[in-house]
Amino acid sequence: MNRTVLDLWVGFFVAIGIAAVLFLALKVGNLSSAHMSETYVLKANFDNIGGLKVRGPVKSAGVVVGRIADIRFDSASYEAVVTMTIDGRYQFPKDTFAGIYTAGLLGEQFVGLEVGGDEKMLAAGDVIAKTQSAVVLEKLISQFLFSKAADGQDKK
Amino acid sequence: MLSPLGLVRQLGHATVERIWRLGFAARFLFAIILYSGASFRRLGLTIREIYVSGVLSLLIIVVSGLFVGMVLGLQGFETLQRFGSTEALGIMVALSLTRELGPVVAGLLFASRAGSSVTAEIGLMKATEQLKAMDMMAVNPIARVVAPRFWGGVISMPLLAALFSSMGVIGGWLVGVVFIGVDEGAFWSQMQASVDFRYDIVNGIIKSVVFGVAVSLIAVFEGYDSVPTAEGVSRAITRTVVTSALTILALDFVLTSFMFRGTS
Repeated sequence: MNRTVLDLWVGFFVAIGIAAVLFLALKVGNLSSAHMSETYVLKANFDNIGGLKVRGPVKSAGVVVGRIADIRFDSASYEAVVTMTIDGRYQFPKDTFAGIYTAGLLGEQFVGLEVGGDEKMLAAGDVIAKTQSAVVLEKLISQFLFSKAADGQDKK
Repeated sequence: MLSPLGLVRQLGHATVERIWRLGFAARFLFAIILYSGASFRRLGLTIREIYVSGVLSLLIIVVSGLFVGMVLGLQGFETLQRFGSTEALGIMVALSLTRELGPVVAGLLFASRAGSSVTAEIGLMKATEQLKAMDMMAVNPIARVVAPRFWGGVISMPLLAALFSSMGVIGGWLVGVVFIGVDEGAFWSQMQASVDFRYDIVNGIIKSVVFGVAVSLIAVFEGYDSVPTAEGVSRAITRTVVTSALTILALDFVLTSFMFRGTS
């Protein structure tokens, strides 16, 4: 087989190989959708983060507006410090409320931002003051059982 | 006949032999890299090998990728249906292909399709004393014969693995969306939401590069090290396929345990 035919076939092979990688990156992966060119960082302290994971979504009104960059434990205040990178296109007021919610009954946990009415906006590096911890199912059940038991004793 | 001492001696001989071959393979890889200048200066040599091991493997990779994806689509739908979450079919197909099945199955196919032919070629060249003839003409057989075949395999393997994964996703889409009727929008959007480029796809590509190096090295080494008889060459080919398959699966476990620690 001569060189030009060989080159043609190999060129064809490399081209569809690269096309396959592009297909995986753009159509299968999130390279096209996770395009956050400019981001800024917000922090929030939670008493309990439940099952929140790094790289999990940050949502506001159900729309993904950022990702969780880092979770660490603050040994001074005994709280979890969650660092989030937020898409630069979105700004949030100073009194925004951050809570940890669960997508569906068994889905992943995410940080939900509920917007307040303040005129001033959160700047890069700011800490969200008002937060709500994740709901721990065991606590909820034990509270329910204790209140039931208390009810039962009152009736006697 | 066999005294206990003789048995111990045989055990020692077998151990030393294995370790010696391992060391020889490592030095062989070093020699390939040392003499691989020619395979890039005379690009025609490497391009011919990419044709032999890459282009000629296209058909088997495309067809088996499509079928593996279709089976994943069927089985995934069957299982996910029980939990009422058939929309997650796209995630299941894409993640299992890009993370594991793409690199591993493409590597196994590549070892049996291209690795065996490389071993056979080099082994026959050795049996017919072509390698010695080259040496006598002051042509380094490692630079002229071995290195281009090695690099041809290393370049082809990641492209074939990416192609396998893509065809698998298309196969899963074909069965899930076109035949069974999973919602098309949910299939793609859930897939895109949970397949991360850096975490899933790039790690899969890294895996396929590692497998490419391993399979190509095993193939050229077994050929170069074969006993120069008809039986020796056939044994070398068998060893290439078996060793490559075991190496791929073992390396896959090691790489997975480093890459995916479950802290997503």
